[in-house]
Amino acid sequence: MTRGPKQLAAFEAADGYQSVKAIARGLSPADVMQLVKDSGLKGRGGAAFPTGLKWSFVPQGENSPAQKYFVANADEMEPGTFKDRLLMEGDPHLLIEGMIIGSFAIQASKAYIFLRGEYKVSERALKKAISEAYTKGYLGKNILGSGFDLDIIVHTSAGRYICGEETALLNALEGKRANPRAKPPFPQVSGLWGKPTIVNNVETICNLPGILTYGVDWYRGLTKGNDHGTKLYGVSGKVKTPGCWELPLGTPIRELLEDYAGGMRDGLQLKAFLPGGGSTDFMLPEHLDLPLDYDEIAKVGSRLATGTMIILDNETCPVGMIGNLMKFFAHESCGFCTPCRDGLPWVDGIFNEFENGRGNEKDLQILHEHVEYLGPGRTFCALAPGATAPLGSGLKHFADDFQQHIKDKRCPYRH
Amino acid sequence: MSNADVIASSETLARKLSADEIAEIEHEMTLYPDKQAVGLEALKIVQKHQGWVSDESLLAIARYLDIPVADLEGVATFFNLIYRQPVGKNVMLFCDSVSCWIMGCEGIKDDIKNKLAIDYGQTSEDGEFTLIPVPCLGDCDRAPVMMVGEELHRNLTPEKIDEIIQEVRNKK
Repeated sequence: MTRGPKQLAAFEAADGYQSVKAIARGLSPADVMQLVKDSGLKGRGGAAFPTGLKWSFVPQGENSPAQKYFVANADEMEPGTFKDRLLMEGDPHLLIEGMIIGSFAIQASKAYIFLRGEYKVSERALKKAISEAYTKGYLGKNILGSGFDLDIIVHTSAGRYICGEETALLNALEGKRANPRAKPPFPQVSGLWGKPTIVNNVETICNLPGILTYGVDWYRGLTKGNDHGTKLYGVSGKVKTPGCWELPLGTPIRELLEDYAGGMRDGLQLKAFLPGGGSTDFMLPEHLDLPLDYDEIAKVGSRLATGTMIILDNETCPVGMIGNLMKFFAHESCGFCTPCRDGLPWVDGIFNEFENGRGNEKDLQILHEHVEYLGPGRTFCALAPGATAPLGSGLKHFADDFQQHIKDKRCPYRH
Repeated sequence: MSNADVIASSETLARKLSADEIAEIEHEMTLYPDKQAVGLEALKIVQKHQGWVSDESLLAIARYLDIPVADLEGVATFFNLIYRQPVGKNVMLFCDSVSCWIMGCEGIKDDIKNKLAIDYGQTSEDGEFTLIPVPCLGDCDRAPVMMVGEELHRNLTPEKIDEIIQEVRNKK
């Protein structure tokens, strides 16, 4: 970002905080929840769970706990993902307005922004915006006379990828080691300090003001595909103009890659790409005409996830790229469950052997086994299964490259 | 050692927290419903003032918040931005994740290694720089990137590394 964050006056002039005024005029929590359900909004953090449905699991009524919490997951750390940073640095009031909407819908009087510690510019922008929102009565007691109270607190974390897992995040926020929790109970019922809690991704929350202000029909009309609304898409790697753009869901991959990211750098060809961060399966050039839509990407065995693509060109070693991802996942394992704690470093070690020209057929076999041993259902949380996505698809698509490493006893991409 | 001995030794070993540190910790206590949640905040506050978290600081925080030292140490060693050893005045958080790797961060790391004679986890001889790898810094369209102190540096080249080092040394 070269520009500063959008100021409150400019935000208000662009219909900012209109949804909070609508709440003050009498919109009920049930109304808000219904609108969000009808909008078809799905979580933008990676899992794509329907947001309205998630909220509906929070117990309501007289017998429910009086204290509920709303948490913005701003712990952006998925490799190759750089979208929430843009929202927080560029338009912090949008996140605050969205948090007011979400908190009101579930009747939470306290909300935390769980922000990764390295995001210093975001921290300053958010703290300033929150203070402005208090001054104008959008936060605090009896917001705009609605009778609804809300405090937002910025919690800056101190690293570790696992904090992005929502139950690990709750432990971190409580001041504990960030190991994930067993589910059930789900956070919607028993989350932060045992109270009903909703954790939503920053981008998800930033979709809420538009849905309330312009309506469900408008929101559903934005898409080009089956899923609703827009999405922040990023492209990194050796393309001409890497960057992040907000586009309708269902935008063809080719349009993103060629029209927005400018295509591959001169002399390079697209070999493969990860469509939504480091925990997604590799996709190939033959998939370029598919729409960037949750279901369409799932059909070819990958996930749209964070929507930030990582490009592999024909002169970068796929084995090295997967090895880099395995090193990341091995390092970021919280150490709580055995398959992840012991399996990922083993995988990482084997990639080091390949890198140094000592990889063999037996190693390859062990890698294949780990795709299964670390897969969904074998570990306590989704971290290790996430690692098996690029590993398993990489072993399949780049079998020749692995073989070449074994045959040459060196990395064939190194000159 | 008995529990009483541990408590007695922590009394003598614990640092005295400064007035500023205490004021900031007290402020954090108003934002969370219990003291355990303030543990990480207190570690960060002390680190901001002292540069790192010594055993003496750890004991002081645990005593101040009345939480077990072992629990606090568990938290301190879990989070990679809490430093339990002294670091240089400028910590270089070097992104070595996938997009930066594709864009050649290994060459930049070698360049830093040569210029400052330090590897990951080490501090330069003049005490100015400590080099630490960090997971994806979320600025992948301008890779390779690293943070030096609170400042993010993008599209790193050997020339930019020279400038960054020079800028810090000029400030001395």
